[in-house]
Amino acid sequence: MAGEKTAGSVRLRHQEAWTGILFILPILLGYLLFLFGPIVYAFAMSFTNWSLLKELEFAGLDNYVRALAKDPVFWDTIGNTLYFTAGLVPLNMVLALALALLLKRKIRGIGLFRTAIFTPVVVSLVVWSIVWKFIFSTDGGLVNLIIRTFGGTEIPWLFSQTWTMPTVILVSALKNVGMNMVIFLAALHDVPKDYYEASRIDGASPWQTFRKITLPLIAPAVFMTAILTIIGSLKVFGQIYVMTEGGPGTSTYVMVYYIYKQAFRSYEFGYASALAFILFAVILILTLVQWNLRKRWVHYEQ
Amino acid sequence: MSNKSRTADLLAYAGLTAVSLFALFPFFWMVSTSLKTDNAVFLFPPRWLPDEWQWGNYARVFTEMPYIRYFFNSAYIAVLVTAGTCFASALAGYAFARLRFPFKNALFLFLLSGMMIPTEVTAIPLFTWMSALRLVDTHFPLIVPPMLGAGGMFGVFLVRQFLLTVPVELDEAAKMDGCSAWRTFVSIMLPMMGPVMATVSIFTFLGSWNEFFDPLIYLNSKELFTLPLGLSLLTTDAGVDWPLLLAASTLSTIPILVVFFFAQNKFIEGIASTGLK
Repeated sequence: MAGEKTAGSVRLRHQEAWTGILFILPILLGYLLFLFGPIVYAFAMSFTNWSLLKELEFAGLDNYVRALAKDPVFWDTIGNTLYFTAGLVPLNMVLALALALLLKRKIRGIGLFRTAIFTPVVVSLVVWSIVWKFIFSTDGGLVNLIIRTFGGTEIPWLFSQTWTMPTVILVSALKNVGMNMVIFLAALHDVPKDYYEASRIDGASPWQTFRKITLPLIAPAVFMTAILTIIGSLKVFGQIYVMTEGGPGTSTYVMVYYIYKQAFRSYEFGYASALAFILFAVILILTLVQWNLRKRWVHYEQ
Repeated sequence: MSNKSRTADLLAYAGLTAVSLFALFPFFWMVSTSLKTDNAVFLFPPRWLPDEWQWGNYARVFTEMPYIRYFFNSAYIAVLVTAGTCFASALAGYAFARLRFPFKNALFLFLLSGMMIPTEVTAIPLFTWMSALRLVDTHFPLIVPPMLGAGGMFGVFLVRQFLLTVPVELDEAAKMDGCSAWRTFVSIMLPMMGPVMATVSIFTFLGSWNEFFDPLIYLNSKELFTLPLGLSLLTTDAGVDWPLLLAASTLSTIPILVVFFFAQNKFIEGIASTGLK
Protein backbone atom coordinates (compact mmCIF):
# COMPACT_ATOMS: atom_id res chain seq x y z
CA MET A 1 0.00 0.00 0.00
CA ALA A 2 2.69 2.46 1.08
CA GLY A 3 4.96 1.40 -1.76
CA GLU A 4 2.16 1.84 -4.26
CA LYS A 5 1.59 5.40 -3.06
CA THR A 6 5.27 6.33 -3.37
CA ALA A 7 5.44 4.88 -6.86
CA GLY A 8 2.33 6.85 -7.76
CA SER A 9 3.72 10.13 -6.46
CA VAL A 10 7.05 9.57 -8.19
CA ARG A 11 5.15 9.01 -11.41
CA LEU A 12 3.14 12.18 -10.78
CA ARG A 13 6.27 14.16 -10.05
CA HIS A 14 7.85 12.92 -13.27
CA GLN A 15 4.74 13.87 -15.15
CA GLU A 16 4.78 17.33 -13.60
CA ALA A 17 8.44 17.84 -14.52
CA TRP A 18 7.77 16.85 -18.11
CA THR A 19 4.73 19.08 -18.30
CA GLY A 20 6.74 22.01 -16.92
CA ILE A 21 9.46 21.55 -19.50
CA LEU A 22 6.88 21.15 -22.26
CA PHE A 23 5.13 24.36 -21.17
CA ILE A 24 8.29 26.46 -21.24
CA LEU A 25 9.54 24.87 -24.46
CA PRO A 26 8.09 27.41 -26.96
CA ILE A 27 9.54 30.38 -25.15
CA LEU A 28 12.83 28.60 -24.46
CA LEU A 29 13.22 27.73 -28.14
CA GLY A 30 12.35 31.31 -29.05
CA TYR A 31 15.01 32.56 -26.67
CA LEU A 32 17.66 30.27 -28.12
CA LEU A 33 16.75 30.91 -31.76
CA PHE A 34 15.89 34.60 -31.75
CA LEU A 35 17.87 36.17 -28.88
CA PHE A 36 20.69 34.10 -27.45
CA GLY A 37 21.74 32.43 -30.70
CA PRO A 38 21.84 35.67 -32.69
CA ILE A 39 23.85 37.43 -29.97
CA VAL A 40 26.50 34.70 -30.01
CA TYR A 41 26.45 34.67 -33.81
CA ALA A 42 26.74 38.46 -34.00
CA PHE A 43 29.76 38.28 -31.74
CA ALA A 44 31.39 35.74 -34.07
CA MET A 45 30.46 37.78 -37.15
CA SER A 46 32.12 40.84 -35.67
CA PHE A 47 35.51 39.12 -36.16
CA THR A 48 34.94 38.54 -39.88
CA ASN A 49 34.94 40.80 -42.91
CA TRP A 50 31.56 39.42 -44.03
CA SER A 51 29.91 41.62 -46.60
CA LEU A 52 27.94 41.22 -49.77
CA LEU A 53 31.01 41.74 -51.98
CA LYS A 54 33.87 39.97 -50.21
CA GLU A 55 34.66 36.33 -49.49
CA LEU A 56 34.08 35.51 -45.85
CA GLU A 57 37.37 35.70 -43.96
CA PHE A 58 38.46 35.80 -40.37
CA ALA A 59 39.47 39.39 -39.69
CA GLY A 60 40.56 39.27 -36.05
CA LEU A 61 40.09 42.58 -34.32
CA ASP A 62 40.10 44.54 -37.61
CA ASN A 63 36.50 45.70 -37.30
CA TYR A 64 37.00 46.95 -33.77
CA VAL A 65 40.27 48.69 -34.73
CA ARG A 66 38.51 50.24 -37.71
CA ALA A 67 35.71 51.57 -35.54
CA LEU A 68 37.86 52.87 -32.73
CA ALA A 69 40.88 54.16 -34.67
CA LYS A 70 40.13 54.62 -38.38
CA ASP A 71 36.51 55.61 -38.79
CA PRO A 72 35.81 59.25 -37.93
CA VAL A 73 32.08 58.74 -38.54
CA PHE A 74 32.04 56.18 -35.71
CA TRP A 75 33.19 58.80 -33.22
CA ASP A 76 30.71 61.33 -34.65
CA THR A 77 28.06 58.69 -34.08
CA ILE A 78 29.15 58.13 -30.47
CA GLY A 79 29.27 61.87 -29.87
CA ASN A 80 25.81 62.43 -31.37
CA THR A 81 24.32 59.54 -29.41
CA LEU A 82 25.76 60.94 -26.18
CA TYR A 83 24.50 64.42 -27.11
CA PHE A 84 21.02 63.03 -27.66
CA THR A 85 21.15 61.07 -24.39
CA ALA A 86 22.55 63.97 -22.37
CA GLY A 87 19.82 66.24 -23.73
CA LEU A 88 16.87 63.88 -23.55
CA VAL A 89 17.36 62.11 -20.22
CA PRO A 90 17.50 65.17 -17.89
CA LEU A 91 14.75 66.96 -19.84
CA ASN A 92 12.48 63.93 -19.78
CA MET A 93 13.16 63.07 -16.12
CA VAL A 94 12.76 66.59 -14.71
CA LEU A 95 9.61 67.24 -16.73
CA ALA A 96 8.14 63.84 -15.84
CA LEU A 97 8.82 64.31 -12.13
CA ALA A 98 7.43 67.85 -12.12
CA LEU A 99 4.27 66.68 -13.90
CA ALA A 100 3.85 63.73 -11.55
CA LEU A 101 4.11 66.06 -8.53
CA LEU A 102 1.46 68.34 -10.06
CA LEU A 103 -0.82 65.40 -10.90
CA LYS A 104 -0.60 64.13 -7.32
CA ARG A 105 -2.59 67.13 -6.12
CA LYS A 106 -6.25 66.34 -5.52
CA ILE A 107 -7.82 68.85 -7.90
CA ARG A 108 -10.64 68.59 -10.39
CA GLY A 109 -10.08 67.31 -13.88
CA ILE A 110 -6.68 65.86 -13.06
CA GLY A 111 -7.42 62.64 -14.95
CA LEU A 112 -7.84 64.57 -18.20
CA PHE A 113 -4.31 65.98 -17.94
CA ARG A 114 -2.86 62.55 -17.27
CA THR A 115 -4.65 61.17 -20.33
CA ALA A 116 -3.58 64.09 -22.54
CA ILE A 117 0.09 63.88 -21.62
CA PHE A 118 0.12 60.10 -21.93
CA THR A 119 -1.52 60.08 -25.39
CA PRO A 120 1.72 60.49 -27.42
CA VAL A 121 3.13 57.35 -25.73
CA VAL A 122 0.61 55.08 -27.48
CA VAL A 123 0.97 56.70 -30.89
CA SER A 124 3.35 55.41 -33.55
CA LEU A 125 6.76 57.06 -33.38
CA VAL A 126 6.70 57.33 -37.16
CA VAL A 127 3.44 59.30 -37.17
CA TRP A 128 4.63 61.50 -34.30
CA SER A 129 7.89 62.25 -36.15
CA ILE A 130 6.08 62.95 -39.44
CA VAL A 131 3.82 65.53 -37.81
CA TRP A 132 6.70 67.28 -36.04
CA LYS A 133 8.80 67.23 -39.20
CA PHE A 134 5.93 69.10 -40.83
CA ILE A 135 5.63 71.56 -37.92
CA PHE A 136 9.38 72.25 -38.08
CA SER A 137 9.55 72.60 -41.91
CA THR A 138 11.82 75.46 -42.96
CA ASP A 139 9.53 77.06 -45.55
CA GLY A 140 6.09 77.46 -44.11
CA GLY A 141 6.32 75.10 -41.13
CA LEU A 142 4.15 76.29 -38.27
CA VAL A 143 7.03 77.21 -35.96
CA ASN A 144 8.62 79.41 -38.62
CA LEU A 145 5.25 80.95 -39.54
CA ILE A 146 4.83 81.94 -35.90
CA ILE A 147 8.36 83.34 -35.81
CA ARG A 148 7.53 85.34 -38.95
CA THR A 149 4.38 86.69 -37.33
CA PHE A 150 6.55 88.22 -34.63
CA GLY A 151 9.08 89.50 -37.16
CA GLY A 152 11.86 87.07 -36.21
CA THR A 153 14.31 85.28 -38.50
CA GLU A 154 13.19 81.86 -39.68
CA ILE A 155 15.38 78.94 -38.65
CA PRO A 156 16.11 75.81 -40.76
CA TRP A 157 15.23 73.61 -37.77
CA LEU A 158 15.97 70.27 -39.39
CA PHE A 159 18.77 71.46 -41.69
CA SER A 160 21.12 73.13 -39.25
CA GLN A 161 24.16 71.80 -37.42
CA THR A 162 23.06 73.81 -34.38
CA TRP A 163 19.30 73.26 -34.24
CA THR A 164 18.58 69.81 -35.61
CA MET A 165 19.63 67.74 -32.59
CA PRO A 166 17.87 69.96 -30.03
CA THR A 167 14.71 69.76 -32.16
CA VAL A 168 14.86 65.97 -32.28
CA ILE A 169 15.49 65.88 -28.51
CA LEU A 170 12.45 68.05 -27.82
CA VAL A 171 10.20 65.97 -30.05
CA SER A 172 11.43 62.74 -28.42
CA ALA A 173 10.93 64.11 -24.90
CA LEU A 174 7.31 65.07 -25.66
CA LYS A 175 6.68 61.62 -27.08
CA ASN A 176 7.74 59.72 -23.98
CA VAL A 177 7.47 62.02 -21.00
CA GLY A 178 4.03 60.58 -20.19
CA MET A 179 5.56 57.15 -19.65
CA ASN A 180 8.02 58.26 -16.97
CA MET A 181 5.35 60.53 -15.52
CA VAL A 182 2.99 57.64 -14.72
CA ILE A 183 5.86 55.57 -13.30
CA PHE A 184 6.72 58.45 -10.95
CA LEU A 185 3.07 58.90 -10.13
CA ALA A 186 2.87 55.27 -9.01
CA ALA A 187 6.02 55.72 -6.91
CA LEU A 188 4.61 58.89 -5.31
CA HIS A 189 1.43 57.08 -4.33
CA ASP A 190 3.50 54.54 -2.42
CA VAL A 191 4.98 57.19 -0.11
CA PRO A 192 3.19 56.78 3.26
CA LYS A 193 0.82 59.67 3.98
CA ASP A 194 1.88 60.00 7.65
CA TYR A 195 5.36 61.12 6.56
CA TYR A 196 3.85 64.18 4.93
CA GLU A 197 1.61 64.72 7.94
CA ALA A 198 4.65 64.64 10.25
CA SER A 199 6.64 67.06 8.12
CA ARG A 200 3.66 69.44 7.98
CA ILE A 201 3.39 69.41 11.76
CA ASP A 202 7.13 70.08 12.01
CA GLY A 203 6.59 73.14 9.80
CA ALA A 204 8.75 71.99 6.88
CA SER A 205 8.51 74.02 3.67
CA PRO A 206 7.27 72.25 0.52
CA TRP A 207 10.82 72.26 -0.87
CA GLN A 208 12.21 70.74 2.35
CA THR A 209 9.49 68.10 2.28
CA PHE A 210 10.35 67.27 -1.31
CA ARG A 211 14.12 67.12 -0.68
CA LYS A 212 14.06 65.25 2.62
CA ILE A 213 11.03 62.97 2.25
CA THR A 214 9.69 62.58 -1.27
CA LEU A 215 12.93 62.40 -3.20
CA PRO A 216 14.73 59.86 -0.97
CA LEU A 217 11.67 57.61 -0.94
CA ILE A 218 11.15 57.61 -4.70
CA ALA A 219 14.90 57.48 -5.43
CA PRO A 220 14.80 53.80 -6.49
CA ALA A 221 12.07 54.53 -9.06
CA VAL A 222 13.93 57.61 -10.28
CA PHE A 223 17.18 55.74 -10.67
CA MET A 224 15.70 52.77 -12.49
CA THR A 225 13.67 55.01 -14.77
CA ALA A 226 16.82 56.98 -15.52
CA ILE A 227 18.67 53.85 -16.60
CA LEU A 228 15.77 52.64 -18.74
CA THR A 229 15.54 56.08 -20.35
CA ILE A 230 19.29 56.11 -21.01
CA ILE A 231 19.09 52.67 -22.64
CA GLY A 232 16.16 53.84 -24.77
CA SER A 233 18.12 56.93 -25.81
CA LEU A 234 21.14 54.89 -26.84
CA LYS A 235 18.85 52.95 -29.19
CA VAL A 236 17.18 56.02 -30.76
CA PHE A 237 16.34 55.38 -34.41
CA GLY A 238 12.82 56.00 -35.75
CA GLN A 239 12.67 59.76 -35.21
CA ILE A 240 16.16 60.16 -36.73
CA TYR A 241 15.21 58.10 -39.77
CA VAL A 242 12.01 60.03 -40.38
CA MET A 243 13.03 63.57 -39.39
CA THR A 244 16.69 63.98 -40.39
CA GLU A 245 18.08 60.84 -42.08
CA GLY A 246 21.23 61.46 -40.03
CA GLY A 247 21.71 64.92 -41.49
CA PRO A 248 22.66 67.58 -42.09
CA GLY A 249 25.96 65.90 -42.95
CA THR A 250 26.49 63.36 -40.22
CA SER A 251 25.38 65.68 -37.43
CA THR A 252 22.52 63.41 -36.29
CA TYR A 253 24.04 60.03 -37.13
CA VAL A 254 23.34 57.97 -34.01
CA MET A 255 24.49 54.44 -33.23
CA VAL A 256 21.50 52.45 -34.44
CA TYR A 257 21.20 54.62 -37.54
CA TYR A 258 24.86 53.95 -38.38
CA ILE A 259 24.44 50.22 -37.70
CA TYR A 260 21.38 50.25 -39.98
CA LYS A 261 23.34 52.05 -42.72
CA GLN A 262 26.35 49.73 -42.51
CA ALA A 263 24.34 46.51 -42.28
CA PHE A 264 21.32 47.11 -44.49
CA ARG A 265 22.45 49.78 -46.94
CA SER A 266 26.16 48.95 -47.41
CA TYR A 267 25.75 45.25 -46.49
CA GLU A 268 28.90 45.36 -44.34
CA PHE A 269 27.62 42.67 -41.99
CA GLY A 270 30.95 42.08 -40.23
CA TYR A 271 31.63 45.71 -39.47
CA ALA A 272 28.01 46.39 -38.51
CA SER A 273 28.10 43.43 -36.09
CA ALA A 274 31.13 44.93 -34.37
CA LEU A 275 29.29 48.27 -34.07
CA ALA A 276 26.20 46.49 -32.75
CA PHE A 277 28.31 44.63 -30.24
CA ILE A 278 29.82 47.84 -28.91
CA LEU A 279 26.27 49.11 -28.38
CA PHE A 280 25.30 45.84 -26.70
CA ALA A 281 28.28 46.04 -24.32
CA VAL A 282 27.25 49.49 -23.15
CA ILE A 283 23.62 48.44 -22.66
CA LEU A 284 24.69 45.26 -20.86
CA ILE A 285 26.79 47.21 -18.36
CA LEU A 286 23.93 49.64 -17.68
CA THR A 287 21.46 46.78 -17.25
CA LEU A 288 23.72 44.94 -14.81
CA VAL A 289 24.12 48.10 -12.75
CA GLN A 290 20.35 48.47 -12.72
CA TRP A 291 19.70 44.85 -11.70
CA ASN A 292 22.22 45.00 -8.89
CA LEU A 293 20.84 48.21 -7.49
CA ARG A 294 17.30 46.95 -7.79
CA LYS A 295 18.19 43.87 -5.78
CA ARG A 296 19.75 46.04 -3.08
CA TRP A 297 16.80 48.42 -2.98
CA VAL A 298 14.16 45.76 -2.96
CA HIS A 299 16.00 44.23 -0.01
CA TYR A 300 16.13 47.55 1.72
CA GLU A 301 12.43 48.17 1.11
CA GLN A 302 11.55 44.88 2.76
CA MET B 1 -3.28 79.03 3.96
CA SER B 2 -6.28 78.43 1.71
CA ASN B 3 -5.27 81.37 -0.46
CA LYS B 4 -1.79 79.99 -0.77
CA SER B 5 -3.03 76.53 -1.75
CA ARG B 6 -5.42 78.05 -4.29
CA THR B 7 -2.50 79.85 -5.94
CA ALA B 8 -0.63 76.55 -5.97
CA ASP B 9 -3.62 74.85 -7.61
CA LEU B 10 -3.78 77.56 -10.26
CA LEU B 11 -0.06 77.17 -10.98
CA ALA B 12 -0.53 73.42 -11.23
CA TYR B 13 -3.37 73.92 -13.72
CA ALA B 14 -1.27 76.33 -15.75
CA GLY B 15 1.70 73.96 -15.94
CA LEU B 16 -0.40 70.91 -16.76
CA THR B 17 -2.40 72.80 -19.39
CA ALA B 18 0.77 73.99 -21.11
CA VAL B 19 2.30 70.51 -21.37
CA SER B 20 -1.05 68.96 -22.36
CA LEU B 21 -1.35 71.45 -25.21
CA PHE B 22 2.10 70.49 -26.47
CA ALA B 23 1.14 66.83 -26.27
CA LEU B 24 -2.20 67.23 -28.05
CA PHE B 25 -1.44 70.00 -30.51
CA PRO B 26 0.28 67.71 -33.06
CA PHE B 27 -2.95 65.70 -33.37
CA PHE B 28 -5.00 68.82 -33.95
CA TRP B 29 -2.52 70.10 -36.53
CA MET B 30 -2.38 66.71 -38.24
CA VAL B 31 -6.17 66.56 -38.64
CA SER B 32 -6.48 70.24 -39.61
CA THR B 33 -3.79 69.99 -42.29
CA SER B 34 -5.19 66.72 -43.60
CA LEU B 35 -8.34 68.66 -44.59
CA LYS B 36 -6.56 71.53 -46.39
CA THR B 37 -5.73 71.96 -50.05
CA ASP B 38 -2.12 71.40 -51.04
CA ASN B 39 -1.69 75.17 -51.61
CA ALA B 40 -3.12 76.17 -48.24
CA VAL B 41 -0.68 74.06 -46.25
CA PHE B 42 2.14 76.60 -45.95
CA LEU B 43 0.13 79.83 -46.15
CA PHE B 44 1.19 82.85 -44.10
CA PRO B 45 -0.29 83.70 -41.66
CA PRO B 46 -1.07 80.10 -40.65
CA ARG B 47 -4.70 78.95 -40.98
CA TRP B 48 -5.68 77.09 -37.81
CA LEU B 49 -8.63 75.52 -39.59
CA PRO B 50 -9.06 74.76 -43.31
CA ASP B 51 -10.82 77.43 -45.40
CA GLU B 52 -12.53 74.74 -47.42
CA TRP B 53 -12.69 71.32 -45.86
CA GLN B 54 -11.14 68.88 -48.30
CA TRP B 55 -12.73 65.57 -47.33
CA GLY B 56 -11.50 64.36 -50.70
CA ASN B 57 -8.01 63.99 -49.20
CA TYR B 58 -9.33 61.00 -47.28
CA ALA B 59 -10.71 59.47 -50.43
CA ARG B 60 -7.29 59.97 -52.06
CA VAL B 61 -5.66 57.94 -49.25
CA PHE B 62 -7.48 54.88 -50.59
CA THR B 63 -6.88 55.57 -54.27
CA GLU B 64 -3.30 56.89 -54.31
CA MET B 65 -1.71 54.36 -51.99
CA PRO B 66 -2.49 50.75 -51.06
CA TYR B 67 -3.71 51.99 -47.69
CA ILE B 68 -6.10 49.12 -46.99
CA ARG B 69 -3.33 46.66 -47.75
CA TYR B 70 -0.97 48.41 -45.27
CA PHE B 71 -3.70 48.53 -42.65
CA PHE B 72 -4.57 44.87 -43.09
CA ASN B 73 -0.88 43.85 -42.92
CA SER B 74 -0.30 45.83 -39.72
CA ALA B 75 -3.47 44.50 -38.15
CA TYR B 76 -3.06 40.81 -38.87
CA ILE B 77 0.63 40.83 -37.92
CA ALA B 78 -0.16 42.56 -34.62
CA VAL B 79 -3.01 40.15 -33.87
CA LEU B 80 -0.86 37.07 -34.54
CA VAL B 81 2.08 38.40 -32.52
CA THR B 82 -0.24 39.27 -29.63
CA ALA B 83 -2.02 35.90 -29.65
CA GLY B 84 1.26 34.00 -29.85
CA THR B 85 2.95 36.04 -27.13
CA CYS B 86 -0.04 35.65 -24.80
CA PHE B 87 -0.23 31.92 -25.32
CA ALA B 88 3.50 31.22 -24.96
CA SER B 89 3.93 33.49 -21.95
CA ALA B 90 0.80 32.20 -20.19
CA LEU B 91 2.05 28.61 -20.54
CA ALA B 92 5.58 29.36 -19.40
CA GLY B 93 4.51 31.80 -16.68
CA TYR B 94 2.20 29.16 -15.25
CA ALA B 95 4.95 26.54 -15.35
CA PHE B 96 7.40 28.83 -13.55
CA ALA B 97 4.85 29.84 -10.91
CA ARG B 98 3.28 26.46 -10.15
CA LEU B 99 5.05 23.39 -11.49
CA ARG B 100 8.19 21.71 -10.23
CA PHE B 101 10.79 20.78 -12.81
CA PRO B 102 14.59 20.56 -12.86
CA PHE B 103 16.66 23.78 -13.18
CA LYS B 104 13.51 25.87 -12.85
CA ASN B 105 15.12 28.91 -11.23
CA ALA B 106 18.20 28.83 -13.43
CA LEU B 107 16.04 28.63 -16.55
CA PHE B 108 13.89 31.50 -15.33
CA LEU B 109 16.90 33.77 -14.77
CA PHE B 110 18.29 32.71 -18.13
CA LEU B 111 15.05 33.69 -19.89
CA LEU B 112 14.85 36.94 -17.94
CA SER B 113 18.29 37.96 -19.18
CA GLY B 114 16.81 37.94 -22.70
CA MET B 115 14.96 41.16 -21.96
CA MET B 116 18.17 43.16 -22.09
CA ILE B 117 19.19 41.95 -25.55
CA PRO B 118 18.34 44.78 -27.96
CA THR B 119 16.61 43.71 -31.17
CA GLU B 120 18.88 46.15 -33.00
CA VAL B 121 21.82 43.85 -32.17
CA THR B 122 20.11 40.57 -33.04
CA ALA B 123 18.75 42.05 -36.27
CA ILE B 124 21.92 41.45 -38.31
CA PRO B 125 22.33 37.70 -37.65
CA LEU B 126 18.57 37.15 -37.91
CA PHE B 127 18.53 38.96 -41.24
CA THR B 128 21.30 36.75 -42.63
CA TRP B 129 19.48 33.62 -41.39
CA MET B 130 16.13 34.73 -42.77
CA SER B 131 17.90 35.54 -45.99
CA ALA B 132 19.42 32.03 -46.15
CA LEU B 133 15.94 30.57 -45.56
CA ARG B 134 14.53 32.87 -48.28
CA LEU B 135 12.21 34.49 -45.73
CA VAL B 136 13.31 38.07 -46.43
CA ASP B 137 10.44 40.04 -47.95
CA THR B 138 7.84 37.89 -46.19
CA HIS B 139 5.96 38.55 -42.96
CA PHE B 140 7.53 35.60 -41.19
CA PRO B 141 10.37 37.59 -39.55
CA LEU B 142 7.85 40.16 -38.31
CA ILE B 143 5.64 37.53 -36.67
CA VAL B 144 7.56 34.59 -35.26
CA PRO B 145 10.69 36.15 -33.67
CA PRO B 146 8.76 38.94 -31.87
CA MET B 147 6.22 36.39 -30.57
CA LEU B 148 8.88 34.39 -28.75
CA GLY B 149 11.56 37.08 -28.39
CA ALA B 150 12.17 39.77 -25.78
CA GLY B 151 8.45 40.67 -25.54
CA GLY B 152 7.64 37.03 -24.77
CA MET B 153 10.25 36.95 -21.99
CA PHE B 154 8.66 39.97 -20.43
CA GLY B 155 5.23 38.34 -20.69
CA VAL B 156 6.52 35.25 -18.86
CA PHE B 157 7.84 37.48 -16.11
CA LEU B 158 4.52 39.35 -15.74
CA VAL B 159 2.43 36.17 -15.73
CA ARG B 160 4.64 34.51 -13.12
CA GLN B 161 4.51 37.57 -10.86
CA PHE B 162 0.74 37.66 -11.24
CA LEU B 163 0.24 33.98 -10.41
CA LEU B 164 2.42 34.27 -7.31
CA THR B 165 -0.28 36.57 -5.88
CA VAL B 166 -3.07 34.06 -6.68
CA PRO B 167 -3.81 31.55 -3.87
CA VAL B 168 -2.72 28.00 -4.68
CA GLU B 169 -5.80 26.34 -3.10
CA LEU B 170 -7.71 26.29 -6.40
CA ASP B 171 -5.14 24.46 -8.45
CA GLU B 172 -4.27 22.22 -5.48
CA ALA B 173 -7.93 21.20 -5.40
CA ALA B 174 -7.91 20.54 -9.13
CA LYS B 175 -4.80 18.41 -8.70
CA MET B 176 -6.52 16.41 -5.92
CA ASP B 177 -9.41 15.78 -8.28
CA GLY B 178 -6.91 14.26 -10.69
CA CYS B 179 -6.84 17.06 -13.25
CA SER B 180 -3.79 17.04 -15.49
CA ALA B 181 -1.56 20.14 -15.55
CA TRP B 182 -2.97 21.00 -18.97
CA ARG B 183 -6.58 20.74 -17.75
CA THR B 184 -5.77 22.81 -14.67
CA PHE B 185 -4.10 25.39 -16.86
CA VAL B 186 -6.93 25.67 -19.36
CA SER B 187 -9.97 25.46 -17.10
CA ILE B 188 -8.71 27.07 -13.88
CA MET B 189 -5.64 29.23 -14.44
CA LEU B 190 -6.37 30.80 -17.84
CA PRO B 191 -9.78 32.21 -16.84
CA MET B 192 -8.12 33.89 -13.85
CA MET B 193 -5.36 35.45 -15.89
CA GLY B 194 -7.61 38.09 -17.46
CA PRO B 195 -5.93 41.16 -15.97
CA VAL B 196 -2.36 40.09 -16.71
CA MET B 197 -3.28 38.89 -20.20
CA ALA B 198 -4.82 42.30 -20.87
CA THR B 199 -1.54 43.94 -19.89
CA VAL B 200 0.54 41.60 -22.03
CA SER B 201 -1.86 42.08 -24.97
CA ILE B 202 -1.76 45.85 -24.76
CA PHE B 203 1.98 46.24 -24.79
CA THR B 204 2.50 43.49 -27.37
CA PHE B 205 -0.16 44.81 -29.73
CA LEU B 206 1.07 48.40 -29.47
CA GLY B 207 4.68 47.33 -29.91
CA SER B 208 3.84 45.35 -33.03
CA TRP B 209 1.43 47.91 -34.52
CA ASN B 210 4.03 50.67 -34.15
CA GLU B 211 7.11 48.57 -35.01
CA PHE B 212 9.27 50.25 -37.62
CA PHE B 213 12.80 48.83 -37.64
CA ASP B 214 11.94 45.23 -38.59
CA PRO B 215 9.55 46.05 -41.47
CA LEU B 216 12.13 48.55 -42.72
CA ILE B 217 14.91 45.98 -42.99
CA TYR B 218 12.87 42.95 -44.11
CA LEU B 219 10.26 44.23 -46.56
CA ASN B 220 10.83 45.32 -50.16
CA SER B 221 7.49 44.65 -51.85
CA LYS B 222 4.96 47.40 -51.45
CA GLU B 223 2.05 45.05 -50.99
CA LEU B 224 3.73 43.62 -47.86
CA PHE B 225 4.34 46.99 -46.13
CA THR B 226 2.93 47.82 -42.74
CA LEU B 227 1.46 51.24 -41.92
CA PRO B 228 4.52 52.83 -40.27
CA LEU B 229 6.75 51.72 -43.15
CA GLY B 230 4.29 52.83 -45.82
CA LEU B 231 3.87 56.22 -44.16
CA SER B 232 7.60 56.76 -43.61
CA LEU B 233 8.34 56.19 -47.28
CA LEU B 234 5.93 58.95 -48.27
CA THR B 235 8.13 61.51 -46.48
CA THR B 236 11.41 60.75 -48.23
CA ASP B 237 10.18 61.61 -51.71
CA ALA B 238 11.26 65.04 -52.94
CA GLY B 239 7.89 66.80 -52.85
CA VAL B 240 5.81 65.65 -49.91
CA ASP B 241 2.04 65.68 -50.39
CA TRP B 242 1.38 66.79 -46.82
CA PRO B 243 -2.44 66.71 -46.81
CA LEU B 244 -2.38 63.16 -48.18
CA LEU B 245 0.37 62.00 -45.81
CA LEU B 246 -1.32 63.54 -42.78
CA ALA B 247 -4.74 62.16 -43.79
CA ALA B 248 -3.18 58.68 -43.96
CA SER B 249 -1.44 59.30 -40.61
CA THR B 250 -4.74 60.36 -39.06
CA LEU B 251 -6.49 57.24 -40.30
CA SER B 252 -3.75 55.00 -38.93
CA THR B 253 -3.81 56.73 -35.54
CA ILE B 254 -7.57 56.77 -34.94
CA PRO B 255 -7.98 53.06 -34.04
CA ILE B 256 -5.22 53.27 -31.42
CA LEU B 257 -6.60 56.49 -29.96
CA VAL B 258 -10.16 55.13 -29.78
CA VAL B 259 -9.03 52.01 -27.93
CA PHE B 260 -6.79 54.10 -25.70
CA PHE B 261 -9.52 56.51 -24.65
CA PHE B 262 -11.93 53.68 -23.83
CA ALA B 263 -9.43 51.61 -21.86
CA GLN B 264 -7.01 54.25 -20.70
CA ASN B 265 -6.58 53.05 -17.12
CA LYS B 266 -5.69 49.58 -18.31
CA PHE B 267 -3.31 51.10 -20.87
CA ILE B 268 -1.57 53.43 -18.47
CA GLU B 269 -1.20 50.86 -15.68
CA GLY B 270 -0.19 48.17 -18.14
CA ILE B 271 2.44 50.22 -19.88
CA ALA B 272 3.71 51.73 -16.64
CA SER B 273 4.17 48.25 -15.22
CA THR B 274 6.34 47.38 -18.22
CA GLY B 275 8.60 50.24 -17.25
CA LEU B 276 8.87 49.61 -13.55
CA LYS B 277 8.52 45.99 -12.54
